[in-house]
Amino acid sequence: MARVFIVLGRFWALLVIVFLLAPIFVTVAVSFSPSAVFDFPVDRLSTRWYERLSRQSSFWEALGTSAWIASVSTLLAVALATPAAIAIATRAIPGARTLAGLLTSPLMMPGLVVGIAFLQAFRAVGLRDAQTCLVIAHVIITLPYIVRTLLASLHLFDFSLIDAARTLGSTWPGAVAKVLLPALFPAVVTGSAFAFLASFDNYSISLFLVDVTARTLPIQVLNYLETGADPTIAAISTILLCFTVLALLLADRIVGVRRLDLG
Amino acid sequence: MAAAGWLALPAAAWATICFLLPLAILFATSFQSGDGAPFGVFARIFGDSYYRDVIANTVVYASVVTFACLAIGYPFALALVRLPGWLQALGMIAILLPLTASAIVKTFGWTILLRTTGLVNKLLMAIGAIDAPIRILFTLPGLYLGTINMLLPFMILPIFAVMRRIDPTLLDAAATLRSGPVDRFLRVTLPLSLPGAFAGFSIVFSLASSAYVIPTLLIGERHKVLSKVIAHNFLVANDPALGAGLAVVLLIFCTSMIALAARFGRARKES
Repeated sequence: MARVFIVLGRFWALLVIVFLLAPIFVTVAVSFSPSAVFDFPVDRLSTRWYERLSRQSSFWEALGTSAWIASVSTLLAVALATPAAIAIATRAIPGARTLAGLLTSPLMMPGLVVGIAFLQAFRAVGLRDAQTCLVIAHVIITLPYIVRTLLASLHLFDFSLIDAARTLGSTWPGAVAKVLLPALFPAVVTGSAFAFLASFDNYSISLFLVDVTARTLPIQVLNYLETGADPTIAAISTILLCFTVLALLLADRIVGVRRLDLG
Repeated sequence: MAAAGWLALPAAAWATICFLLPLAILFATSFQSGDGAPFGVFARIFGDSYYRDVIANTVVYASVVTFACLAIGYPFALALVRLPGWLQALGMIAILLPLTASAIVKTFGWTILLRTTGLVNKLLMAIGAIDAPIRILFTLPGLYLGTINMLLPFMILPIFAVMRRIDPTLLDAAATLRSGPVDRFLRVTLPLSLPGAFAGFSIVFSLASSAYVIPTLLIGERHKVLSKVIAHNFLVANDPALGAGLAVVLLIFCTSMIALAARFGRARKES
């Protein structure tokens, strides 16, 4: 009886694994197809779409915009989140839990609703510059990832170490800089990696904030898809996928993604 | 502990001004209807059968997707915990790789799989389910298939995370007490893994009810859901009051589902 369950379980697991990976596998395969009609399975390999992609400046501009916005907003979020997480973890402020909830809540909100809320607010104050709007909004998108990993890391930190440093003559800021911040570094790296990717991939909020002067890559891809696509899309998707996997492997190399609480 | 509370000030200020305030403005907009009645927009939304249909479509879409993800994901997580090393690693890759890929990329992959000459049609013909290729892209089955595929990892991850932490000695203890495999599952694994299922349920429901790109690319204008009507009102029709009203409906709808799931999760833990 138990054996039947094990065999059934493995069969189901394999089916679901194939199902989960299917769209990614197909996208990568089509990017190497020689024909323009998304032929799958692919019988002959070609780099035609990668060559075409290299000539499309709109994608590279959008890639630059996305990288710039993701970097700036992640850096800002780290600068905001690190002191806040320390204050929350040490219960230095009243309502620490409420603040933690506020800083992580954008992750649970429907992105579309947050996006139009931003659109309206920026219109109301007359903020027109798309780049600035995107950065302000993306800090809100990236904050939850950094706050969550920092709080998890601070939860494991032994705060008596700070008291020990102070007994040895260190000031409180000095003890924080020499003892606490180095201990938090791995969490900052993992949190930043996920934050950067979240900003880089975001479309539900960016959709309402982009204009012709600042268009992020996901929005550029979406526009291209809606106006009749060819496998150039598959090529850029494959490059993005490699980039994401590399970023995660790098973060794993530095600190170990396995330490991250995925639940 | 001499930590200073002002350390939290910049982040608190940013979140208040750049997040709470825009949401407050959105709520305020939804109460401006032009004709002076404070709930004018909501009367218009719930009084019009078109918007009632859109809301019903969204509820059905989000519910079907969420329950399907639970039905597929729960047994998968259960099997994954017990898989041998390399297969489990493959399973983890199958969950994490799609999460790192953009929804736009995966939706694009599905548009290739679902076309009349696509792999899904070939597969259906090979197993004899259909004789000639059928249209799946831009139909409801295609929309559901794609959405379930893309939201499934969000259901599996929290369930798997909880199941992995269940102490295996508990199952051994139950076995020693002559409990069979089905009984062990019902009395040990199921109750202990429910918090993960509730977490997955609320995340998937919230994501499905506000999904925008997936329905846009997989079904287009044939199937109206809240997210698309909201975007239309802001970007095309320029009716912010109506858009804000619909957004408030969607927001209340999502947050109440999350609160409900959290409530159930907590009640189970305490009992």
